[in-house]
Amino acid sequence: MIPIVSFRNVSYSAGGRAILRDFSLEIQAGETLVLLGRSGSGKTTALKMVNALLRPSGGEVWVEGKRTAEWDPIRLRRRIGYVIQDVGLFPHFTVAENVGLVPKIEGWEPERVQSRVEDLLRQVGLDPGQFAARYPRQLSGGQRQRVGVARALAADPPLLLFDEPFGALDPVTRLEAQRLFLQLRRQLGKSAIFVTHDVREALLLATRVGVLKDGRLETLAEPDRLLEARGGEVEAFLGCLEWKGEPA
Amino acid sequence: MMREILDLSLEHLGLVGMSLAIAIAIALPAGIAVTRRPGPRRWALGLAGVMQTVPSLALFGFLIPLPLVGGIGKQTAVVALVLYALLPIVRNTVTGILGVDPAVRESAIAMGMTPRQMLRQVELPLAARTILAGVRIATVTTIGTATIAAAIGGGGLGVFIFRGVASVDTTQILAGAVPAAAIALLADGGLGWIERRLSPA
Repeated sequence: MIPIVSFRNVSYSAGGRAILRDFSLEIQAGETLVLLGRSGSGKTTALKMVNALLRPSGGEVWVEGKRTAEWDPIRLRRRIGYVIQDVGLFPHFTVAENVGLVPKIEGWEPERVQSRVEDLLRQVGLDPGQFAARYPRQLSGGQRQRVGVARALAADPPLLLFDEPFGALDPVTRLEAQRLFLQLRRQLGKSAIFVTHDVREALLLATRVGVLKDGRLETLAEPDRLLEARGGEVEAFLGCLEWKGEPA
Repeated sequence: MMREILDLSLEHLGLVGMSLAIAIAIALPAGIAVTRRPGPRRWALGLAGVMQTVPSLALFGFLIPLPLVGGIGKQTAVVALVLYALLPIVRNTVTGILGVDPAVRESAIAMGMTPRQMLRQVELPLAARTILAGVRIATVTTIGTATIAAAIGGGGLGVFIFRGVASVDTTQILAGAVPAAAIALLADGGLGWIERRLSPA
């Protein structure tokens, strides 16, 4: 089977600094690959190459069997949902207009857009009657991110990219968002690449975890295996789970 | 006298309206065009800024000997007023568009919006208030500066003022200055009202 995304010896540098080095990785259809790393490890850079927000300095990124350089970037991006920490909802659009944007610019009939929007809002746990006509500023952080997820799913893309989407949420709201993520994955079976620096989140959501350090893929393993791994960045991250503070 | 005040006020409004229409037609597309190009942006803002530093009476004077745009009369006055009105509109267009939240911009690109869709549906609506604020500043300034147009035969309420200055007649000066101030206040209030009604970003 063709992997939905594959990085082949990808490198990226900006301002003379290497951010990603010889990065190779394949993501299979239906899996959730979590990229785990510290700030500046190159995980977000890798993610942004998938929807051609960035172009590799060396190597190639393939999406659905085609190099990103060959894709029309507009077509490519409309087949990939994108969820970021700051959500980036349009402040002058209602919730319904935000969620329905991609279907609308794809030329769907207004009635079809509307019913799609209502379905999506229900799927992310927001009552359309209550939320469709609201503006983003009238929502809580958690609700905004739910709308962000609904917007990413709007045109039914086979692939979703998540860039620390729940990083700004309080722990309780974050757990709700993570539950929603798992529930949607069971229902929809989409492929996803998910960037985080939260090791707990990585273990909870991933089918496989890739650990990045200084622009290189250090470890790639299923969550169970990762727990047994020792040494390097993996151990540093797992240490965050185990550390209970110094004895008094 | 009342009759003349009305006529000259209408002439004044004509000068201002024409100048602003031309200034907006130039400054808005120019502002949009230079938003994504930092080099030309510095040039455009610099040039428009220099225009504003030239004393207005001098600018009118400079234009008179020029072919096509120059000479005595309304046309020269409009050219000078347009040059003055450009800066606030270009600057606020650029500021408004560049001020769009980077997360919003990134989302728009990542959703597969074309640059044109992004401009029309995201950048311009979100920049509308700032752009209108620029138009408002340009309008109020132009209403005041247009009184100097009378010095080069452009007509308008400045006719009273120059006549009053020449004959040391305060009534004549007031007959020009009061309507000009009233028009400026009305325009400022009206545009300010529209500005507040545009949905806050």
